[in-house]
Amino acid sequence: MSGMIVLKGLSKQFDHLVAVDNITLTVAQGEILAFLGPNGAGKSTTMKMVTGFLAPTAGTAAVCGFDILTQPLKAKAKLGYLPEGAPSYEDMTPAGFLSFIAHIRGYSRRRERAKRVAAVAERVALTEVLQQPIDTLSRGFRRRVGLAQALLHDPDVLILDEPTEGLDPNQKHHVRGLIHDMAADKAIIISTHILEEVEALCGRAVIITRGRLVADSTAEALLAGLPYHNAVTVTVTAAEADVVEQKLRGLAKTSSVERLSNKSLLEASSIRLRVLSRDRQPITAEVSEALRFHTLTALTVERGRLDDVFRNLTLPD
Amino acid sequence: MRYTLQRVRAVAWREFKSYFMTPLAMVFLVIFTASANALTFYVGNIFENGQASLESFFLYHPWLYLLLVPAVAMRLWAEEWNSGTVEMLLTLPLSTAQAVLGKFLAAWAFLGLALILTVPLWISVNMLGEPDNGVVIAGYLGSFLMAGAFLAIGSCLSALTRNQVIAFVGAAAVSFLLVMSGLDIVLDVFRSWRLLIIAESIAALSILTHFQSLMRGTIGLSDVIFFLSIIVFWLFATVVVLDRHKGS
Repeated sequence: MSGMIVLKGLSKQFDHLVAVDNITLTVAQGEILAFLGPNGAGKSTTMKMVTGFLAPTAGTAAVCGFDILTQPLKAKAKLGYLPEGAPSYEDMTPAGFLSFIAHIRGYSRRRERAKRVAAVAERVALTEVLQQPIDTLSRGFRRRVGLAQALLHDPDVLILDEPTEGLDPNQKHHVRGLIHDMAADKAIIISTHILEEVEALCGRAVIITRGRLVADSTAEALLAGLPYHNAVTVTVTAAEADVVEQKLRGLAKTSSVERLSNKSLLEASSIRLRVLSRDRQPITAEVSEALRFHTLTALTVERGRLDDVFRNLTLPD
Repeated sequence: MRYTLQRVRAVAWREFKSYFMTPLAMVFLVIFTASANALTFYVGNIFENGQASLESFFLYHPWLYLLLVPAVAMRLWAEEWNSGTVEMLLTLPLSTAQAVLGKFLAAWAFLGLALILTVPLWISVNMLGEPDNGVVIAGYLGSFLMAGAFLAIGSCLSALTRNQVIAFVGAAAVSFLLVMSGLDIVLDVFRSWRLLIIAESIAALSILTHFQSLMRGTIGLSDVIFFLSIIVFWLFATVVVLDRHKGS
């Protein structure tokens, strides 16, 4: 099956507000897709429609070939969903809560449920707090309870709304590792506004703003579209700056050279030059060759930052 | 079918246990049994009546339920909306109707437990005299069915809001109307206008009228069907309310 998650012209209107506007996309097995976008852009609303919590105003979505409108139970059985904020029954213990989920998911025998719960708890590192009431747990643990709930039945499709929100760096790393390890045989959608996460985890990213899909591509390709992609910044002594600048301008692949302002007073004696590449091709080799007999204190290649892509695409004109 | 039952049972069992996670359950059971007994002795004057019957016990159940059943029902859905768990619950492979039914059955079982705790009164009356136990059983059945009807109303009102106080007041108000419509104060107004048909139909819709006939020991099929259809109607309304949220 090519598309495990298929969105067809999915739209949602609340009174006069168009929250999601005609989104069409497909996620295949083995793919991790990131939903990027500012708050209120329609990421969560889209996820709520794909998981069957909200009914679309127009269009539909299918999970593993089951339409969410006409075969909701079959579609829901195939997916695991972590809603925004990872809600759970806070007066229960993780063990009780996960056992309840397992019961609904069709694990009818008690021993079977206990095994499932133990396995998923192990997987998300929750075992030590399984018997403590959820409302006494830290945010990181609560998020993992939500994640465990979504992973319990080892679903083919995972939809995770901000899975690493509110976690500390170690926990984020752990959760990303977890998602990465599962990716091979699943189709996964995560929403995030942490751009490093997209670079670290997702093969593909779509940018949603004001309900519309404005970009759909790999993180790499999104970056390649930036003017500074593959630009090289060199730091040279002030004395040599003019000569170096001339040399860099003379390179075949250079489109222009900019002088950058100094970052601090300590660097007053050095000058930073940014060499922009023609067609955004790599030019590191040429630049370092040209500067072989000059004193270089630093040389960095810029990839451009996803932050810039994000700002370019999502800020109102 | 097997899965339907399993899911309903899973929801019901979780909900039932959740009553006992907080002191709420104990507080409720104590208030219920204490006030049911207090009304029987101090307002119903069970001793002065000189009859070995539980009529003065069952007589006040509609009024007791008017306050206490909405208190049990108010959290059913309002809390789910408030904490956001409804999103998790309704994206599990579970139909809205199964979730509504499961939660309702849990709350109904809880109210049944409260009723069972009044059995010592029944035993006492049996020790003091010779009541017609068939009538008492009919009374318990009627009381349990009536509790279910109030509960179904409360379930629907709870699904409408994320605020438990609003859910409580709304359910109490709707239940109050359904009880009041059986009182002679209301019915006499219509009777005095010679609108007998209207008076009759209002009385036929009243919870009080149907409960009283069960309380007096006649288990009429029409009374049982009346309560069951109130339950089905309001549970169906709960499903409609929840599904409408999806569309909005």
